[in-house]
Amino acid sequence: MAVITYRQALHDTLREEMLSDENVFLIGEEIGVFEGSYKITAGLLEEFGEKRVRDTPIAEEGFVGAAVGAAMLGLRPVVELMTINFSLLALDQIVNHAAKIYGMFGGQSNAPMVLRTPGGGGQQLGATHSQNIELYYAFVPGLKVVAPSTPADARALLKASLADNDPVLFLENLALYNTKGEVPDDMPPAEIGKAGVTRTGSDITIIGYSRMATVATQVADQLGEEGISAEVIDLRSLRPLDRETLVESVRKTGCAVIAEDDWLTYGIGAEIAASISDGAFDYLDAPVRRVAAAEVPLPYAKPLERAALPSAESLNAAVRQTLDAVGHRR
Amino acid sequence: MAETATRSKPAGSGSKGRRGGTRSGGSRGQQSQGKTAPRAESPETLRDYFRQMSLIRRFEERAAQGYTQAKVGGYCHLNLGEEATVVGLMSALRRSDYLFTNYREHGYAIAKGIEPGKVMAELYGRTTGTSKGLGGSMHMFDTEVGLLGGYGIVGGQIPLATGAALAIDYRGGDEVVMCQMGDGTTNIGAFHESMNIAALWNLPVVFVVINNYLGMGTTVEMSSAESELYKRAVAYRMHGERVDGNDVVAVQEAAGRLVEHARKTGEPAMLEAVSHRMKGHSVVDPAKYRNSEDAEAAREADPVAAFREQLISADVLDEDGAAEIERAVQADVDAAVAFADDSPHPDPATLFDYTYATPVANDSRRLPADPVF
Ligand SMILES: Cc1ncc(C[n+]2csc(CCOP(=O)(O)OP(=O)(O)O)c2C)c(N)n1
Ligand SMILES: [Mg+2]
Repeated sequence: MAVITYRQALHDTLREEMLSDENVFLIGEEIGVFEGSYKITAGLLEEFGEKRVRDTPIAEEGFVGAAVGAAMLGLRPVVELMTINFSLLALDQIVNHAAKIYGMFGGQSNAPMVLRTPGGGGQQLGATHSQNIELYYAFVPGLKVVAPSTPADARALLKASLADNDPVLFLENLALYNTKGEVPDDMPPAEIGKAGVTRTGSDITIIGYSRMATVATQVADQLGEEGISAEVIDLRSLRPLDRETLVESVRKTGCAVIAEDDWLTYGIGAEIAASISDGAFDYLDAPVRRVAAAEVPLPYAKPLERAALPSAESLNAAVRQTLDAVGHRR
Repeated sequence: MAETATRSKPAGSGSKGRRGGTRSGGSRGQQSQGKTAPRAESPETLRDYFRQMSLIRRFEERAAQGYTQAKVGGYCHLNLGEEATVVGLMSALRRSDYLFTNYREHGYAIAKGIEPGKVMAELYGRTTGTSKGLGGSMHMFDTEVGLLGGYGIVGGQIPLATGAALAIDYRGGDEVVMCQMGDGTTNIGAFHESMNIAALWNLPVVFVVINNYLGMGTTVEMSSAESELYKRAVAYRMHGERVDGNDVVAVQEAAGRLVEHARKTGEPAMLEAVSHRMKGHSVVDPAKYRNSEDAEAAREADPVAAFREQLISADVLDEDGAAEIERAVQADVDAAVAFADDSPHPDPATLFDYTYATPVANDSRRLPADPVF
């Protein structure tokens, strides 16, 4: 058991997978000579050479599509898209091609590939470089979308994604790269499509993913000190979505707050709220609340950026308001 | 003789630019074939080219008929007028070579080696079709013969083909990828990104542009700043050349040369085959936007009729022999239609069979009116 960063967990897992399967190769902008925009691939070019760590031109559609084509012939590309914002340039190859290869041709081919990409704001990168648009991919049958929030999950989900025979969008987050956590040495792969209960509790359910799942555990721990028992669910997988786990929790607690870094209207949280209404309507003691980003092109100036993004404070406030609505006695 | 643009030479030197400049060039629609037997090919090969071209012609006519009978749905784009190009290109490939095409691919599927019955069954949406009825006209696929997909998104096949060539290169295989596309497709970003990547990484892929002069109703001059499309290769230091797409032997020769060069050296290339679309963009398009001169040229250029005449005047085939081939392909197409018609429709219970290659927890299998819980 070692305590390592999320970045290190990704790096080590990629390296191990490359050592164990020579069909695994990395492809993306600035991943080799530059060692990755966020240094996930540091040292790998030196260790594995240009064939396994392929620097590309700035041509997202071209190199993502090339990875799909290579995957169709049995290679296992791991694509790094510098940030999820730039994935929009490859939207056609991801949505119209990678996601369709297996189904549209009647199961004769498939595209076993991992698209690693960080989302997230809060770094003063402005409107085009701070988005959380994983919903675009989570919407699409044929894709799988996972969103690890801890170093251990990063490792377990990356292993699972690489073992999977479908295209997996692997959502990372800029704010998580330096976070630390325990990662057992002999961790089995995670199961894609399963959420995790990261805190058990009985008063309220908090549901999050990626960065907001870690914020949710912080808030639960703060509330715990005041005797409030919050259950936290980390979705881990956005497609498929593990509705059973979250509905089961809400049936127990009777209320829920969803924490999401994306925009509220039509966002991931909207789907979760609908699922709770489908599966736990009779158990609800208060409306399902969503804590989500303000619906603006994210401004650069720090006070505005801070105001727009969800935080532990905003989540904490929404949880308290929901508990008040329920009539919870503190 | 093919016009070429190479890495070393500046493009266009000596190019006659048959389609370059204005649209009403007098040479449009002319055949390059003479009265002598085409070079280098055995009589059996030439007769087989004629057979395949006739088969595609009949097949496409029956596909159109199937459409009007509502046996075929969706969009249905035909290779009518492009038979010489299709057969010439496919004759340049080995069975183990890979082919990626656009949505106008029925003829390619047949010439790459798929049974016409399977192709027709796909049009009919049956389980015996090339894609089990899940793809339709635009999305034929067969790993056995190396057809790695017809693709309905303009340009979508180009990055994929480039990636397939990357996989070949990665493993040190000796297969080659051919990536077919239309003239209009050379204006899309994926084309340019992929040409650059293929040349940069030295990947064994031959990009073939079928210049039928039209992308739906838009002409090459309306859409391409460089209307001599093969010259675009030069921007990527890639070999590019143009061939008369109505001349099956010339197409086979040019494509074969580029494919074998790619096999030997890994170098990509671009081939522009100048051809005609005899009918509308798809079977429902009356092509009212075409002027009569242009439509006439397309009719006159009929590569199947021209090749038949050529083989007869060169004594490779006599009238009886030609008629016999035509009867045989008619029978093949009849059999294909019967096969398709007799084949089962997919069972709605199989709807969720092909969403994911690896089964996964909590995968939704909900029908529209099913409750979530
Ligand atoms: C990305 C995209 N844009 C538009 C279309 C609609 N569309 C289908 S075919 C076509 C014309 C393509 O022309 P060309 O590349 O010359 O091929 P041809 O049909 O002549 O074989 C268009 C615009 C599409 N399928 N995909
Ligand atoms: Mg065209």
